[in-house]
Amino acid sequence: MSAAIQNIVNQPYKHGFVTEIESDVAPKGLNEDTIRLISTKKNEPEWLLNFRLKAYQHWLKMEEPKWSNVKYQKIDFQAISYYSAPKSKKKLASMDEVDPELLRTFEKLGVPMQERAALAGVAVDVIFDSVSVATTYKEKLAEIGIIFCSISEAVHTHPELVKQYLGTVVPIGDNYYAALNSAVFTDGSFCFIPKGVKCPMDLSTYFRINTQDSGQFERTLIIAEEEATVSYLEGCTAPKFDTNQLHAAVVELIAHDNANIKYSTVQNWYAGDENGVGGIYNFVTKRGLAKGKNSRISWTQVETGSAITWKYPSCVLQGDNSVGEFYSVAVTNNYQQADTGTKMIHIGKNTRSTIVSKGISAGHSTNSYRGLVRIAPTAAGARNFSQCDSLLIGNQCSANTFPYIQVRNNSAKVEHEASTSKIGENQLFYFAQRGIGNEEAVSMIINGFCKDVFQQLPMEFAVEATNLLGLKLEGSVG
Amino acid sequence: MIYQDSKTLLKVRGLYATAKGIEILKGINLTVKSGEVHAIMGTNGSGKSTFAKVLAGHAAYEITGGTVVFKGKNLFDLAPEERARAGMFLGFQYPIEIPGVANNQFLRLAYNKAQVQRNKDELDPLEFDDLVREKMKLLKMDPEFLDRSVNEDFSGGEKKRNEILQMALLDPRLAILDETDSGLDIDAVRIVANGVNQLANRDNAIILITHYQRMLNYIVPDYVHVMESGRIVKSGGKELALELEAHGYDWVSGEQPATVGT
Repeated sequence: MSAAIQNIVNQPYKHGFVTEIESDVAPKGLNEDTIRLISTKKNEPEWLLNFRLKAYQHWLKMEEPKWSNVKYQKIDFQAISYYSAPKSKKKLASMDEVDPELLRTFEKLGVPMQERAALAGVAVDVIFDSVSVATTYKEKLAEIGIIFCSISEAVHTHPELVKQYLGTVVPIGDNYYAALNSAVFTDGSFCFIPKGVKCPMDLSTYFRINTQDSGQFERTLIIAEEEATVSYLEGCTAPKFDTNQLHAAVVELIAHDNANIKYSTVQNWYAGDENGVGGIYNFVTKRGLAKGKNSRISWTQVETGSAITWKYPSCVLQGDNSVGEFYSVAVTNNYQQADTGTKMIHIGKNTRSTIVSKGISAGHSTNSYRGLVRIAPTAAGARNFSQCDSLLIGNQCSANTFPYIQVRNNSAKVEHEASTSKIGENQLFYFAQRGIGNEEAVSMIINGFCKDVFQQLPMEFAVEATNLLGLKLEGSVG
Repeated sequence: MIYQDSKTLLKVRGLYATAKGIEILKGINLTVKSGEVHAIMGTNGSGKSTFAKVLAGHAAYEITGGTVVFKGKNLFDLAPEERARAGMFLGFQYPIEIPGVANNQFLRLAYNKAQVQRNKDELDPLEFDDLVREKMKLLKMDPEFLDRSVNEDFSGGEKKRNEILQMALLDPRLAILDETDSGLDIDAVRIVANGVNQLANRDNAIILITHYQRMLNYIVPDYVHVMESGRIVKSGGKELALELEAHGYDWVSGEQPATVGT
């Protein structure tokens, strides 16, 4: 079956095309001048420039982390361009003003903004390279006090909020890539749900990396005040390039008393070709602070792309009775490497966390779950349940589980379950003997395997995720 | 039942097969016509299960000689799933567990593949639910099996009933039941045998692979074949099984290869 299995992942990257839009690209290299340039280009206030410079000073003193189970050539940070914006200077008031070439790109990706937004009731804050081009539904949301815009815009329109929260969950010196992001981030989303407001629709952002060799340093900040609720969707895709592109995003979530933030991601960035050439390096820091009592932060991710994924969406459960959740499906194929998982830091009393991680490896890929559950001395009555399952397709791939459990309170209860299974020749034969071919069989097994995570996704994302997995693993069993 | 004017469903001539370079089947001849029930008996390692898996197209075996014609077509031109859709059914000796895939989903997909093949409408989940519950009564199966993962944590007997349930749904032309009686208590043997008997008709045929006579008390074969060292060494009517039971397999050892129904 190994021959049969090898054919499944070899579907060419569907979204591999480059849009020809003139880009305003900063010279390659990183130093204080680069940072000043970014800050000037974005017309930023002094405090933000200082934030960036401080982060840069931190970064200079830090070492690239080496503990993850991934291998790649050392990144030359001086060979990266840190700013790239489509050359359309004036602000866009409506979709009609958007560059038609850009609109065509979205259509190729299957993201016709207006239709999608209208049909699905989703406000799409589209990020094209580093500058937000259009924001829909913003006014409607504004009526109920929700702020949903690019973070650069928020810096100007709501500086007090950005200043109050930026860097409070992921401090500038938190880790190597977070420090880098804090120094050079160009744009991202900002979302503020005021007290008592339940956001009436899923908020959605489509990211897309476009200019070759331009690093992507997105910065997202979501704040839910007391009793507020929001569901945020992040979907990603990128054009096909041979040189690796670094993506080092930072996402910060803050949930106050009784607030609820659900953050869902479907990631399908270019993973490199079948020989492991090219692809995105996805080194992301995502962290949510469940600050208030009874608050809840939930991460759901479907990671299918990128040459390397290095990502641990985490929850700091500070408020008493707060809840953290992490539901993840990570698929690796060919020579992809994923080291992903979560951290659940229990600080408040009776805090609860759930981790459900499903890793699927095919081809020559490496797929690792790495997770930390920490129960602080203050976290009386804390509970955690973790389940980490791995599914292997073929004989050349590997799956690892690295759970770290630190319990400093006797009343806490921590459970960890793990399993590894393999799509076997006998399973496929059984399906075939009932008239079901290999591809359908694999898709059925995988969807069954991922069911617990897919159930957590908003409806339209669940369908997309199911299709994406089928596409990703097509030909790897057969 | 033997009918004089029946069509030949399966014609095996001089079939040889190897696994990992070791020859397991060494020249099998067998002809099965519609309406007939054949029993293949023999000791462990005589090649009975291999024969079944080779017919169904398991990739672990290599065909090194001979021909098999199924419903007038060269069987080896068909992929395993095409053989299944053409009406060949293998009841597994050890049914495979498929964690995470609900039994009803699996059964419906398999059923709809057969429906498409027969140019009939596929059934939606509600329509299928009615049908499958009806079939489950035949085998005295609890409907809660529908929601469980395919064969996962099923007892030996439950797995075998699930196999016969699939046979009932797929309505195959040729059902090869590989030691369906093993691991079943006497009540379960009766229920399963009763199910198989109700499914047998003029247009289909059954090959029962078994160690023991007891299954044949309930499903009466038209022909009994004894396999040894990868060949059929003796063939006869239903009384042959009783003789085997009385005398043991040593009784046929050293017999010359035989063919039946040619």
